Amino acid sequence: MALLRSEKLPVESQDDVVQVRQAVRAWAVELGFSLVEQTKVVTAASELARNAFVHGGGGSVELESIETAGRRGLRLTFVDHGPGIVDIEQAMKDGYTTGGGLGLGLGGAKRLSSDFEIRSQPGAGTWVRIVRWK
Amino acid sequence: MERIPILKMGEFLLVSIQVDMHDRLAMTLQDDLTAQIVKQRARGVLIDISSLEIVDSFIGRTLGNIAAMSRILDAETVVVGMQPAVAITLVELGMSLSGVRTALNVERGMAVLQASLAADNGGGAGGDGAAA
Amino acid sequence: MVSARKSLLADILSRSEKDIFNEWMAAQLRSAGSRSDLITEKELREQSREFLQRLREAAATAGPDDGDGPAWAPVRELLDTLSRSRARRGFSPAETATFIFSLKAPLFARLRQELGRDADALAEATWAATVLLDRLGLYTTEVYQQGREEVIARQQRELLELSTPVVELWDGVLGLPLIGTLDSARTQVVMENLLSRIVETGASIAIIDITGVPTVDTLVAQHLLKTIAAARLMGADCIISGIRPQIAQTIVHLGVDLNAVPTKATLAGAFTVALQRTGYTVSRPPRA
Repeated sequence: MALLRSEKLPVESQDDVVQVRQAVRAWAVELGFSLVEQTKVVTAASELARNAFVHGGGGSVELESIETAGRRGLRLTFVDHGPGIVDIEQAMKDGYTTGGGLGLGLGGAKRLSSDFEIRSQPGAGTWVRIVRWK
Repeated sequence: MERIPILKMGEFLLVSIQVDMHDRLAMTLQDDLTAQIVKQRARGVLIDISSLEIVDSFIGRTLGNIAAMSRILDAETVVVGMQPAVAITLVELGMSLSGVRTALNVERGMAVLQASLAADNGGGAGGDGAAA
Repeated sequence: MVSARKSLLADILSRSEKDIFNEWMAAQLRSAGSRSDLITEKELREQSREFLQRLREAAATAGPDDGDGPAWAPVRELLDTLSRSRARRGFSPAETATFIFSLKAPLFARLRQELGRDADALAEATWAATVLLDRLGLYTTEVYQQGREEVIARQQRELLELSTPVVELWDGVLGLPLIGTLDSARTQVVMENLLSRIVETGASIAIIDITGVPTVDTLVAQHLLKTIAAARLMGADCIISGIRPQIAQTIVHLGVDLNAVPTKATLAGAFTVALQRTGYTVSRPPRA
């Protein structure tokens, strides 16, 4: 797997969340994603950025354009040093169906992405990585 | 502080969201709309999202909240102009916004609001033209 | 040790580039896989020269172990283009990979010349070179594979689009006859087609006919519900038609909640409802 380009952005405020959306959109356009694919990855990024800011107390996101066997993708890695998630399985469910209640948006972000990986420990922050392949 | 302008059209309020909203702005809109519904004694709210390229779970919930609150205040809400890519993404996200009425565009949305108002005012079998 | 190895490969490539190139060309032209019917000698020479140059430059910047890093990107780019172009012309993946593997003999010959007296160093350098060329050769096969998969995916998509037409049955009423299974890839295409037609025609009702859908299980039902929800967000209501008795049973057994979506056994029945909803009545004038 090859890394073509990377950029790191802070997620420390609501304005940062908007900036992240716009940056992800620009990268997705450059990678040649279709409009629907762009919308999905930007929306997933919005969910995860909000999580990092609202639940994680702030953090950062790394945008990477990657390539493997001739296929290009956009990889986003969100990190926060917040309280972490106690029950990841449950948290993934909360984002589902209603979208009401707490809805951590994790389940949604997963459904909108090609690949999804999460690591979190109570007291040790949260790390979420998604990839959208072209 | 930036706010989204709310226009009054007869008994209806018209909102057009043209910017990439951050959460604070969405909450402000929610507050402003409910306040205006009461102040203007509005019977309907039309929210035009044809310029919104992203509707995530927070904005989706906000739209749902606005619809629910308006209903309690005796006003009907219609959201119009959702872009196809946004609709597909929302559905994939798991939000169907089932408590929110929708229409293709402003014209249709107004028709929905007017019909709903007529029904409320005892329309149907030729009321006394009480529709706005 | 690593930096010594790194500059060794780059050194050998720059010092003996001409000799290596000539021997490599000879080996390629000799081999049956060179396919002179598909590629001219001139082109082959150009490709080989370009490859050697990029290989040398990459080896000079970063060690051969760092195959995935950005220093090797130009080499991968060249192999991408080369592999895809050869695939299009009709080369087999093995023939394409031979382009890389036939470089081994001349390269090893040079290594033996330089390090012949030091058996350990020779073994290590040969190993590093073979690992590098193996990886690059395999990369060409992966790209070839990826290229084929892209063709198949594109053909599948075209087939899907052809098999999910959305017709305008009446002013404001769309018809969507689904034929075949409804998997998640298909659902995406169906949704995109349906929604763009809704925008184009301003339709407020869409009749989804599932006569041609062989089985309706929980997944298919979910996909249907997703499509209906997406259409509703665009202001269009859906009616499902073509519900066969077995499907009705399955739906009840599975406990699928159609969320008050109207359903009709026939397309005609659904059409009548659609007309009523949009304010039309159908009448037959009395015969004179």
